[in-house]
This record gives sequence, structure tokens and C-alpha cells, in this order.
Amino acid sequence: MALLEFRNLTRRFGDLSAVNDVSLAIEAGEFFTLLGPSGCGKTTILRMIAGFDAPDAGDILLDGVSLAGVPPEKRPLHTVFQSYALFPHMTVAGNVAFPLEMAKKSALEIRCRVNETLALVHLEDKADSFPHELSGGQKQRVALARGLVNKPRLLLLDEPLGALDAKLREEMQVELIALQREVGITFVFVTHAQQEALALSHRIAVMRNGRVEQCDEPDKLYTQPANRFVADFIGKINLIDVEVAVSTKVLLTLKAPGLGEIAAADPRPLKAGERGAFALRPELIRVHGHKESADLKNRFAGTVRELLYLGDVTLYKVALADGQVIEALMPNAAPGRAKFHEVGDPVWVCWRHDAGVFLKD
Amino acid sequence: MNATRWLVTLPPTVFLLAFFLAPALIVVAASFREPGEFGGLAPFVAPSLEAYRFLFDDIIYAEIFARSFLVAALTTLICVVLAYPLAWLIARSPAKRRDLLVLLVILPFASNFLVRIYAWIMLLGPVNLLYTPFAVIAGMVYVHLPFMILPLYTNLEKHDPALLEAAQDLGASAWTRFWRVTFPLSLPGIFSGAALVFIPVLGMFAVPELLGGTGDMLIGNLIKEQFLDNRDWPLGAALSIMLTVAVLALAGLAAWGARRGLHGTEAVS
Ligand SMILES: Nc1ncnc2c1ncn2[C@@H]1O[C@H](COP(=O)(O)OP(=O)(O)OP(=O)(O)O)[C@@H](O)[C@H]1O
Ligand SMILES: [Mg+2]
Repeated sequence: MALLEFRNLTRRFGDLSAVNDVSLAIEAGEFFTLLGPSGCGKTTILRMIAGFDAPDAGDILLDGVSLAGVPPEKRPLHTVFQSYALFPHMTVAGNVAFPLEMAKKSALEIRCRVNETLALVHLEDKADSFPHELSGGQKQRVALARGLVNKPRLLLLDEPLGALDAKLREEMQVELIALQREVGITFVFVTHAQQEALALSHRIAVMRNGRVEQCDEPDKLYTQPANRFVADFIGKINLIDVEVAVSTKVLLTLKAPGLGEIAAADPRPLKAGERGAFALRPELIRVHGHKESADLKNRFAGTVRELLYLGDVTLYKVALADGQVIEALMPNAAPGRAKFHEVGDPVWVCWRHDAGVFLKD
Repeated sequence: MNATRWLVTLPPTVFLLAFFLAPALIVVAASFREPGEFGGLAPFVAPSLEAYRFLFDDIIYAEIFARSFLVAALTTLICVVLAYPLAWLIARSPAKRRDLLVLLVILPFASNFLVRIYAWIMLLGPVNLLYTPFAVIAGMVYVHLPFMILPLYTNLEKHDPALLEAAQDLGASAWTRFWRVTFPLSLPGIFSGAALVFIPVLGMFAVPELLGGTGDMLIGNLIKEQFLDNRDWPLGAALSIMLTVAVLALAGLAAWGARRGLHGTEAVS
């Protein structure tokens, strides 16, 4: 049985469906992420799990038992708030001890667990400091320690790294993964940063306008997005409008108006004439100067419009015959050589037939 | 820049020196003089400790001091208990209604203080509570309640609601949330309110005079009596100084206690 389950979860604010018919199951021990743009309903879901808000329809089940009517203080789960919400009048140790005191643990146990947990987040030497004496990253870790110390069944994290600068954010991501593995507590993590979601999660639910668009492992989401929105939201991608020409079990031929035929692979039986998008990651496209070296089936002539040298890779924006611009990411692997092409160069772009996916509209 | 600063700070400085420091020094000086035969001060011969000797010789003065502090403490306590729920309610109400509620709290100031006390005489007279200690305390609480509500409200309004949610999320019941989060964070507000109630109550003479009985005399009445009725200015001055010293000592003690016990609450005060 899943640890946490949403059944047709719905929350409306007036005419707005902030959460719309969401059904998901989260397994014990999972690092599960709700990912989506601002306003898509992530916080609303988290508040309903914590019990600060109640669904208008549907149900949330923990271990198969409905949480309806259970007040927040009685739910065996804790939240790490985006603003941290540390108690300003308590020391770091006092903050971390709070949930244990609420659970009426013995003084001895409280002392041991507080010390253990502070060691876990590398804050042993800050036990007697007050929150206003800490840096952002340290506050963040106190909030984590406070959420973890009483070993909840579930830890909810609402954009916990949102307030940190890029470098600290990356450090905390690494720590967060290690921490979750170490304590084995199920994490439900909320973010609008797709890279963060990909880096941290076992599974990600991509949300839009209160609905879950796709729920999958990070690599699945990246390589097999379910629709244009997911493809576009996660990572960089080229979307080419196409129509199915021929579909067989092994080969799918797509017709791109003004461009020609694209060879792809899709085991689904598709009807000829079906419209959609061909989604292709920039790093799976090669850019060549000679037609001969581009000996792949999908090969199109174009002109380099722009290039961005990024150190390890170069991003080429290539205008194709029909005028649409396609982005290709090429590693700068050759020693002593920075760029392979210049702006204005005529080039050939090509990709393997199994590089992209067809997304039905 | 410097000249502007001088220009801006000069008027209040002159005002305070002329109308606060000078009279205070005159009172100190007066306490070391002999009373004149028909009021005022006798011609200066030598500094006299007569007023202080008189004050310490008679236990009645110590009793009146003690009673005054008791009344002030009781008034402050009742004000805290009454003001807290009100301030909390105002702080929790929608932003638009808050201003109206605050206005209602300070509205009584729009009418004359003595008129309001006379109203209490009419209220308490028919139920036989006039001229009792109860009447004095009730009057004191009535007069000073807004001075407790306003600083408390200002403090409570700034509390981050996320803190209460965090406490609840971590397992705290409503009762525990109040005592572990709201109350400790509101201590600075309680302390400012207490100072604004306790100190004025100590010096207040109108309320006990109008609502209290013969046994309800407080320091304020005593001091007023020395200046206006007994014509013993040195004794009145000495009493005033004793009162000031006692209040300053108490304030110092409170500040010291606050520094030790209020760590972290500055964040919301
Ligand atoms: N209490 C409320 N009253 C009315 N509308 C609300 C309320 N809470 C949330 N909403 C609306 O519901 C939608 C979802 O809000 P929510 O806070 O869940 O978004 P989010 O995904 O967490 O966004 P963000 O990434 O910006 O935090 C938003 O359009 C928001 O305006
Ligand atoms: Mg949010």
C-alpha cells in the first residue's frame, strides 16, 4: 500500500480550481517532488496534506486511512516552511527540541535526539545560538533538523531552498539527497525549479493549473515527456509541428510542413494525418559543416544564426529551410579548439531516428 | 548637515531643560528646605533633612507607599488580563476593520477625564460600591486600559502567522501554541503596556479622591495634600522624590530582567 495517496483531490477558491482532480500515490521512502510554475497549486496541495486546508472534493489517505478531520497537530508529518518559521525566541536547540517536547519525550531522550539531529545537519556548534544569529543556509538546516528530529512518517518541504543563493542552493541539494537517504523518511518536496527537481527526486509530478500533467521518474520525464507542456517545462527542447505520414511498428514517418520528412520511432499505433509536435533535445542534434559527414537519415540544411559559447558546450541556433530556428548543443570536446562553426556558416543538422519523440496534440 | 542637526534638536532640548529638568531640580532642592509658615518655603538657612526624617519616622507613609504599589500592580495585572484578548482580537481582524477598532479603543480620550470619572460615580453609587477599594481599582483600570491595549496590539499585529502554523504542525495544541509562541513573543508589548499603566497609576490622585473612601489614600493624594492642603512643600517634595526613586529602581530592575529573559523577542517588538 502506498504511504500517501490522493484520490481525486480538488480545492477551489471561488471560480479558480487551485487543485483539480489530482490522484497520486507516494511510496514509503520516496523523494517525491511536485514541480510546476508559480500558481499551479503546489503549496495548496502541501497545505492540505499538513491539514491547514481541507479539500473541497476527494481525499488524502495516509497508510490507507483518510486524514479528513484530523487536525494538523495530530498528523504524523512535519513541514519545512519556505520562510523557515523558526521560533525567534528559542535557541537552535530549543527549536529542534520543540517537536520532541510536544510529543512528551523524556528530557534525556530530547537531549540525545537534539544532539544527534544537529550533528546530522552539521550544526552542533550552533546549538545555543538564536535564529537571528544564523546565516540563511544555517537557518535552513535548523528548519530541516526541526522537521526531522521526531522522525515523522512524512516530511513536507515547500521550496525550502528558494531563499538561498545559487551556490548554497547546490550545496544544500547535495546535503538534502544524502540526508533523505540517511534518515529514510519520505519527502514530499515542492519546487518550481526543474533542474532542482531532476537532481533530487525519485519521482516528479509535473503540475499545471491545478492538474498533474505527468508523474514519472526524472529520466522518463526528460526523455519521454507526455505532452508539449512537460517537454517545454523540463529542460531545453525543440518542438517542431508535424503530422503523421506513415506509422508502422518499427518506424514512424512524420511530415513537417516546409521541412520535409522526419524519421522517428514510436511503437504506438498512430493514424496517418494525426497532428502533434516532434520534440527533440538540443544535445541529441549534431551540427556538421559537410553533408558527407552528416550521414544520418534525418538531415536538414540550415544556417548558423547565433552561437553561445558556454565553455564545455556551445549552443548553436540554426535556421532551417522553412525559417524555423532549431537549437543544438554540441560538446567542445576537441582539445585546443573552441568552436566548430561561425555565425552565417551553412551547416547540416542531423539526428538519429530514435532521438526525438512524437507528442500528440 | 551638522548645523541642521543642531537646529532640529535645539528647541526640544531647550524645552526639556527649561520645563522638565529645572522644575525637577527645584523639587529636589525644596525637599531639603524647611516649610514656610503660610505655605511655600521658609527662608534658607542651612540644608535640612527634616522632611525625610519625618517621612521615615511615621510608618503610615510606608503603608501608603506599599498600598499604592499594590494598587498599581493589581491595576496593571487586571489591565493585562483584560487587554490581551481585546488586542489579540483586533490584531486578528481584517485589516480594514482594525483601524476602526483601534479608534474605538482611543475614543474615550475624546471626552474629559473628570467627566468620565463622574460617570463612574453615577454607575457605582446606586449599587453601593462607591468609596470602596473596588471602585478605585475599577476606575484605575478603566482609565488605563487603552494604554495596555495599544502597545499589545502593536506587538501582536507583527507576529508572523507562520510561527503558529509551524508550532501546530509540530504537534502543539492551541493552548500550548499560545503559551510557547504567542505569549513569550508578546512580552515586549506587555512590558511597554505595564510601564504605561503602572507608573501613571502610582501618581494618580483624582481617581482615589473621587471614587475611593478615606482609607484609600495613595501616594498621589498624599503629595497633592502636602502642596495644596497641609502647605508642607518640603515633605511633598521629599515624597515625590521617594516615588521617583522607587519607580526608577523598578524600571531598572525590569530592564535588567527583560535583557536576560527576552532574548529573540526583539525580532517582533
Ligand atoms: N487562500 C486563498 N484564497 C484564494 N486563492 C488562493 C488561496 N490560496 C491560493 N490561492 C490561489 O490558488 C492558486 C494556487 O496557489 P498555490 O499557492 O498553491 O500556488 P503554488 O503552486 O504554490 O505557487 P508558487 O510557486 O508561486 O508558490 C493560485 O492561483 C493562488 O492565487
Ligand atoms: Mg507555493
